[in-house]
Amino acid sequence: MTFLHEHILSVVLFTPLAGMIPLLFIPAEKKNVIRWWGNLVMFAGFLVSLPLVFWFSSAPATEGLFKFVEKTPWIPAIGASYHLGIDGISLLLIMLTTVLGFLAVLSSWSAIQGRVKEYYAMFLLLQAAMLGVFMSLDLFLFYVFWEVMLVPMYFIIGVWGGPRKLYAAIKFFLFTLAGSVLMLLGILTLYFRYHSDTGQYTFNYVRLMAHASAWPLDLQIWVFAAFAISFAIKVPMFPFHTWLPDAHVEAPTAGSVLLAGVLLKMGTYGFIRFSLPLLPRASADPAVVRVMVTLSIIAIIYGALVSMMQRDMKKLIAYSSVSHLGFCTLGIFSLNPQGLSGSVIQQINHGISTGALFLIVGLIYERRHTREIRELGGLSSVMPVYATLFMIVMLSSIGLPLLNGFIGEFTILQGAFEANWHWAAWAVVGIVLGAAYMLWLYQRTMFGPCDNPKNQVLKDLNFREIMTLVPLVIWAFWIGLYPKPFFRVLNQPVEAIVKEVHPNFFKPTPTSAVLTPRMARPAPPAIQPRRSNQEAATRRH
Amino acid sequence: MGSRFFQLGDYVILKPEILLTMFGLAILIFDLWLDKPRKYWNAIMALVGVAFATLQVLLFWQTALAHPGFTPYAAFDGRFTLDFFAIYLQLIILAATAIVILVSIKYLDIEEEHDGEYYALLLLAAVGMMALASGTDLIVLFVGLEVMALSEYVLTGYLRRSRRSNEAAVKFFLLGAFSSGLLLFGMSLLYGIGGSTKLSVISERLAERPVGDPLSWIALITLLAGLYFKIAAVPFHQWTPDAYEGAPTSITAFLSVGPKVASFALFLRLLLDCLWPLRQEWQAMTIGVAVATLTLGNLAAITQTNIKRFFGYSTISHVGYLLLGVVALGNGAAGRDGLTAIFIYLMVYAFMNLGAFGVIIMLRRKNIIGDDMDDFAGLMSRAPVPAILMVIFLLSLAGIPPTAGFIGKYYIFLSLIATEHYALAVVAVAYAVVALYYYFRIVALMFMKQARDTVPLASGLGLRVALAVTLSLTLIIGIYPQPFIAMAQQAMRPFFS
Repeated sequence: MTFLHEHILSVVLFTPLAGMIPLLFIPAEKKNVIRWWGNLVMFAGFLVSLPLVFWFSSAPATEGLFKFVEKTPWIPAIGASYHLGIDGISLLLIMLTTVLGFLAVLSSWSAIQGRVKEYYAMFLLLQAAMLGVFMSLDLFLFYVFWEVMLVPMYFIIGVWGGPRKLYAAIKFFLFTLAGSVLMLLGILTLYFRYHSDTGQYTFNYVRLMAHASAWPLDLQIWVFAAFAISFAIKVPMFPFHTWLPDAHVEAPTAGSVLLAGVLLKMGTYGFIRFSLPLLPRASADPAVVRVMVTLSIIAIIYGALVSMMQRDMKKLIAYSSVSHLGFCTLGIFSLNPQGLSGSVIQQINHGISTGALFLIVGLIYERRHTREIRELGGLSSVMPVYATLFMIVMLSSIGLPLLNGFIGEFTILQGAFEANWHWAAWAVVGIVLGAAYMLWLYQRTMFGPCDNPKNQVLKDLNFREIMTLVPLVIWAFWIGLYPKPFFRVLNQPVEAIVKEVHPNFFKPTPTSAVLTPRMARPAPPAIQPRRSNQEAATRRH
Repeated sequence: MGSRFFQLGDYVILKPEILLTMFGLAILIFDLWLDKPRKYWNAIMALVGVAFATLQVLLFWQTALAHPGFTPYAAFDGRFTLDFFAIYLQLIILAATAIVILVSIKYLDIEEEHDGEYYALLLLAAVGMMALASGTDLIVLFVGLEVMALSEYVLTGYLRRSRRSNEAAVKFFLLGAFSSGLLLFGMSLLYGIGGSTKLSVISERLAERPVGDPLSWIALITLLAGLYFKIAAVPFHQWTPDAYEGAPTSITAFLSVGPKVASFALFLRLLLDCLWPLRQEWQAMTIGVAVATLTLGNLAAITQTNIKRFFGYSTISHVGYLLLGVVALGNGAAGRDGLTAIFIYLMVYAFMNLGAFGVIIMLRRKNIIGDDMDDFAGLMSRAPVPAILMVIFLLSLAGIPPTAGFIGKYYIFLSLIATEHYALAVVAVAYAVVALYYYFRIVALMFMKQARDTVPLASGLGLRVALAVTLSLTLIIGIYPQPFIAMAQQAMRPFFS
């Protein structure tokens, strides 16, 4: 047990990889054996990540705020080490990854018929790389995982994707790579700067962060730009988003789920984990904030408007991701506790609801082999279970109270409002539009007469298919009804980041002293946007 | 002075070269007794020769490491120096030669040109390359260069009945001879400046001359032009794609690695031991050449359809990265990482490129030339193991972790950042993205297209061993580079301690 206690992160990280090796020795013809094995490994990956949750509050924070820290020299010649550790932010994202990873693989049971073995091997590799990104406390190690993740995703899109898969796969790879090599230069600049200041070579995140206030502003701005381009491509922020609709539309369902659910979060996670604490002066620079917030607001509104025009369900959801992730980056660059914790919660929410939406599109695509909205219609009469689950997920995505989306968007708006009320006002427009395109989508596909004979014979969901969605629905209600535990794990790390960026933020001035405890509690002001949002929804009906 | 030439110690450090020469000559004789199906004994003998030479070089490394106060052994009155720099590069050269011998066996059988001369010439080329790594005298370096080059010309035209092979050999020979002439002209000017052929003496005289001295400039420019030719830097690269396309594939593999390492050994030795006082001048020139090389190599590779030409341009782009290390080195002691970067890059490049060529050689079968890019189509469905190996080699060539290629590129970027060449660093990473695009064209062909034929791939024990070795080194250097970085840093010691 002590071994598990001390190396729990390594165990979580290497479970998928360890499961991949026996998989390679299963003969390719035994498809069902491979499927069982792939699902079991992913489920085991989820199980071994559960202790993280149970032990988290009692585990001691050994390095900064980081718990479960593991550290072994890896390449002493350059000062890189195998250094893992998590705080509340990474904990939530790791749990999201293990849950979505398992559900994504579970959803592929019947959807994938060709090259089954390679398919599961790629997902296991992808899972390990994604987990590594959220755990690394060494910038070199982080970069390695960040890049490794691209390879399996390239194959997932390129081999099992739709008609334009080649284009989409290489576009995804090139866009992300272009950003990440710039990030590598940023990392190296910090590395050398640290060396010239202290005489030591290190990629240790905690040590670099301790030195962060010493970096001069112009250096910070340049490095910030290098990091920001990389993360902005990953998020994706406007105008770097063009790879996203291509990748999503062509990717197989499970690929889209992980792409939207986890991969995009790496960009926002990068901002929160690296940009803000390592480069606090650049992050708080008014010009930088203005640029980032403007891009976020453009993404919110533009993503929503483009979603409204889509004829393909999957493309619609892909563009809605641009809009939702705009909220996340807006929250981050509000640079206050509400904005940041709201952003993390919204990242989890987006993983849950958009992951589920992609699963839902995948289910209908598997039956009808089309995602065209006009081909569908009136499905609620033939597929009642499907329609119900779709309804819940759709409402969670537009942010109906009692469901998760509301908590996230509300807290972000609160943070944005506090930073500058104009920002909140613009973001509200995005919420209204969001409700409009989602409800319209639901209306066109689920309601109305079911007059297409192909749709009249559709089968409702089977047990496995229901089970891929139920955990996400439960999680959505959990965050919507009782978000306190989520905010609790975020409290400390978020405060630490805000202190880093605005050293005077928590000084006992009247305004900020009132704000901190209010964080998790929904308060009246944001009912305002909510109401207008429902009005818009009713009008559509 | 004369009596020093008879010291036994001087000959002891030549043992690896002497061994290789003897084995080469022995192969020529024994070949007469071998009938057609037994020609592989030539390869075995060549391998034994390389193994002996490698053991001897490793022994030197061990002995040098065991003595902390080790000073480089300067034999023949300082004309031949055995230091960590030389030993390190000789090890890479010997490893590359061994791998090339392994991949040649099956290939020569298929081409029906299996003769002893091939292996003898390979060993002699290796002797020339080793002399380039350890020579510290203009005459020794030039003789080494010509021994290497002449063997290469013959090997390029080795397929007598193939027009392409003959054409490539003639082009290669003409341009190679021209570049040797340029180099020799520069060397003669250096001799005029220094009054000696010893690099250390010339370096002292160069330092005494005034800044902007025209004679030094002319010497530098002609010398660099000759060197750029040898390493295939733009605008002196034209021979590369032609020679690579026409040469027997195993020799293309050899050309892309062995002579590249040896030419860089010559290049670095001249820069560090002789032209060091002029480092600002050669740095300025190398910046332009490096950017041009990266640009042309990467952009031209995108449109290739012949896999060997493709690898010709890919090699040029790698030379561009190596030249960026040279640029960093021009900053003096601050650029010492540049030298480490070049050392690591050369080692990494040797293994990943030879690995990729190993897979290409498997595509050459009876009546199938197999050097078209489309021959890779659908490889995953009919030969998964070679396809996966190729993906790993291509990832490494593109510099994606956790493969060796990433460590090489990483060190190049690191050296540029350390010397504050930020703009160059951005150019370098931008071309890394382009490189991924064209390397992944092959991946897309292998995994996402239909196969063109169903003839099984060529295979053999030699090929399999070569692929196993290159694959494991590509992965080990990528995942646990510590010992290899330590070796490269050791190799740097003669210049920056």
